[in-house]
Amino acid sequence: MQSIGEALGLAIALVLSGDPDLLEIVLLSLRVSLTATVIACMIGLPIGALVAIGRFRGRNAVLILMNALMGLPPVVVGLLVYLYLSRSGPLGFLGLLYTPTAMIIAQTILIAPIVAALSRQVIEDLHAEYAEQFRSLCLTRLQTVQALLWDARYSLLTVGLAGFGRAVAEVGAVIIVGGNIDHLTRVMTTAIALETSKGDLALALALGIILLVIALGVNAAVQSVRMTAARQAYV
Amino acid sequence: MKSDAEDTPTADAPILPVTLQGVALRLGGAFVLEDVSLELGQTGCTAIMGSNGAGKSLLLRMMHGLIAPTSGDIRWGGAAPSEVMARQALVFQKPVLLRRSVAANIDFVLKVRGQDRAQRDALLDHVGLLHKSAQPARLLSGGEAQRLALARALATEPEVLFLDEPTASLDPASVLAIERIVSDARSRGVRIILVTHDLGQARRMADDVVFLHKGRVAEHSTAQAFFPDPQSDAARDYLNGRLVV
Amino acid sequence: MFKKPFAATAVALIIAGAASAQDQSIIVQSTTSTANSGLYDYLLPIFQNETGIQVNVVAVGTGQAIKNAENCDGDVLLVHAKASEEKFVADGFGTERTDLMYNDFVVVGPAADPAGVAGMNDVQGALAKIAESEAPFASRGDDSGTHKAEMALWKSADVDPTAASGGWYRETGSGMGATLNTGIGMGAYVMTDRATWISFENKQDYSVVVEGDQDMFNQYGVIPVNPAKCPSVNVDAAQTFADWLVSAEGQEAIAGFKVADQQLFFPNAPTN
Repeated sequence: MQSIGEALGLAIALVLSGDPDLLEIVLLSLRVSLTATVIACMIGLPIGALVAIGRFRGRNAVLILMNALMGLPPVVVGLLVYLYLSRSGPLGFLGLLYTPTAMIIAQTILIAPIVAALSRQVIEDLHAEYAEQFRSLCLTRLQTVQALLWDARYSLLTVGLAGFGRAVAEVGAVIIVGGNIDHLTRVMTTAIALETSKGDLALALALGIILLVIALGVNAAVQSVRMTAARQAYV
Repeated sequence: MKSDAEDTPTADAPILPVTLQGVALRLGGAFVLEDVSLELGQTGCTAIMGSNGAGKSLLLRMMHGLIAPTSGDIRWGGAAPSEVMARQALVFQKPVLLRRSVAANIDFVLKVRGQDRAQRDALLDHVGLLHKSAQPARLLSGGEAQRLALARALATEPEVLFLDEPTASLDPASVLAIERIVSDARSRGVRIILVTHDLGQARRMADDVVFLHKGRVAEHSTAQAFFPDPQSDAARDYLNGRLVV
Repeated sequence: MFKKPFAATAVALIIAGAASAQDQSIIVQSTTSTANSGLYDYLLPIFQNETGIQVNVVAVGTGQAIKNAENCDGDVLLVHAKASEEKFVADGFGTERTDLMYNDFVVVGPAADPAGVAGMNDVQGALAKIAESEAPFASRGDDSGTHKAEMALWKSADVDPTAASGGWYRETGSGMGATLNTGIGMGAYVMTDRATWISFENKQDYSVVVEGDQDMFNQYGVIPVNPAKCPSVNVDAAQTFADWLVSAEGQEAIAGFKVADQQLFFPNAPTN
């Protein structure tokens, strides 16, 4: 197809032109999705760790729920957040609809279960190794969770990355709660959706290529941190 | 941060001697330890010996409180194992080291036990690892890793130190280095309970020997009596290098 | 422990996010054709330059735009489904509806023209031929203004295309652009507003096959959201915007917007 070559050329030209609108969209994408990832980690990691080391009734049900929530459709999350943040919704008075904050909230809800479920697995594996030693040292549950989270930090980076990847790539939630408003809530994915609906497939694809490159960059940065850690046997 | 045991009523009561009364452990339907009754004295080093599968490591873990016996009673001067666990330390055959630096491994226990962090360098120096403080713990050699595990155990200032085959698969120099550290602890009054297959080590270290055979105590003798003249057939065969089934 | 600096950053970012919703801004719940064609990109800078009011456009289908406005999630409604708009006002959600501008709907189709409708200007006749030949037809199927207009035309052509839904009649359930992309992808006829079509960039071998019927008239209206129903509305700014659009100056600006030398929207606000 000629439009892939065309899109690649356009992507390069767009980047080289230093288009301020493009920069704005890219920065907003990163700001929204990175913030959502950080908040989702603050929520998801402790939950994942507690479920990993916990032996309680209903644990299996929690595991199933956590794994099922990983498949939350973005558009459903968007709709739920919309209904809450809408002026006619319970949190409408906050005036958050059609702001980046609303997009952060939606993406956080979308990826917190991913962070919790994946970190649960990582921490459970590590705990299998540490459990006896930690019990012998008479660690409290909080100390155990803290130590596991810290020692699994490089593996958990990958978990955060999985969450970030899902956040930065989703369009269904942010387009509903953000509204794709130019210069306010337009991010890479909603811009791509917009250009597609305008039939400007080459520009849409060019933006897609730029998004892919950004994702590659973030992944490469994390991977290099992990490799440094692996050399020190910290992974 | 205070450890749990310090808040219990028995915090200062003596925990030795330890007595085991009719202790049994059943795993997967079969008894792996049965009718174990022992009293281990206030001081010195006890070696727990026996062939593979005799139940040595399980006995050690039960005494420490990591495993609960199926029946019978273990008393540390009147207290249950779980109540005094914090006054004991266990060094595993394969050291479980945190994914951190050598120094951070010691810092970690000092911090969680609420102890003076300034002791760290002295502890590392004591086990000959001060020059490796900043190195990743998991890149240490087998002998160094076990010395770090020992230093970490000693950092908790235990009254009882359990060692589960601490020198298995280490070279002779490393074995001697570890024995020196353990002997030093013992001379400072730490009660040593050691599982080992190494006859030479048992001879060098032990004051008394508990010999397990098929989950039962075949004999419990002083080291002076055990090595020249074991009382049980199983121990005799073991010392003579015969396969005991 | 190690999370604290992150927490501070997160909070700072959220505050920054909330702060960007300024007072002197309004949200327009709009149909997509006006946004996708670039009309707002042309009009809004002129308006903002004069009034300092920032206009944020949420472009969705007319059905969803009305729904969002009923939820008070907008200050001004700008759509093209007169009956629904009048109901919106009658139900008290809008203060007053004003005709703003018009263009027309067209049917676009592939060069092969399987139903043989090219050049027709009788839309009912063309639709009947499409139905008869069972040539594929892609419909918005999303309760948008265009969809409502299309359904009205089928009705007047005495055809119930939904009986063939999934067969030759295919409801995409998505926006105009997406429906054009889909329809073109499967060689189907599509009814679209002319503005979207002219500015659409993925035409391939498609062209306008049916146009010029009086019944394909497409009227846009503007309605400020009623503060009595929605106290959060920025009344003054919303009214300023609506007034400006229908003023001589706004109407002139609309007429001045061209894509490929073609005028896309024809102002027809009543003059006072």
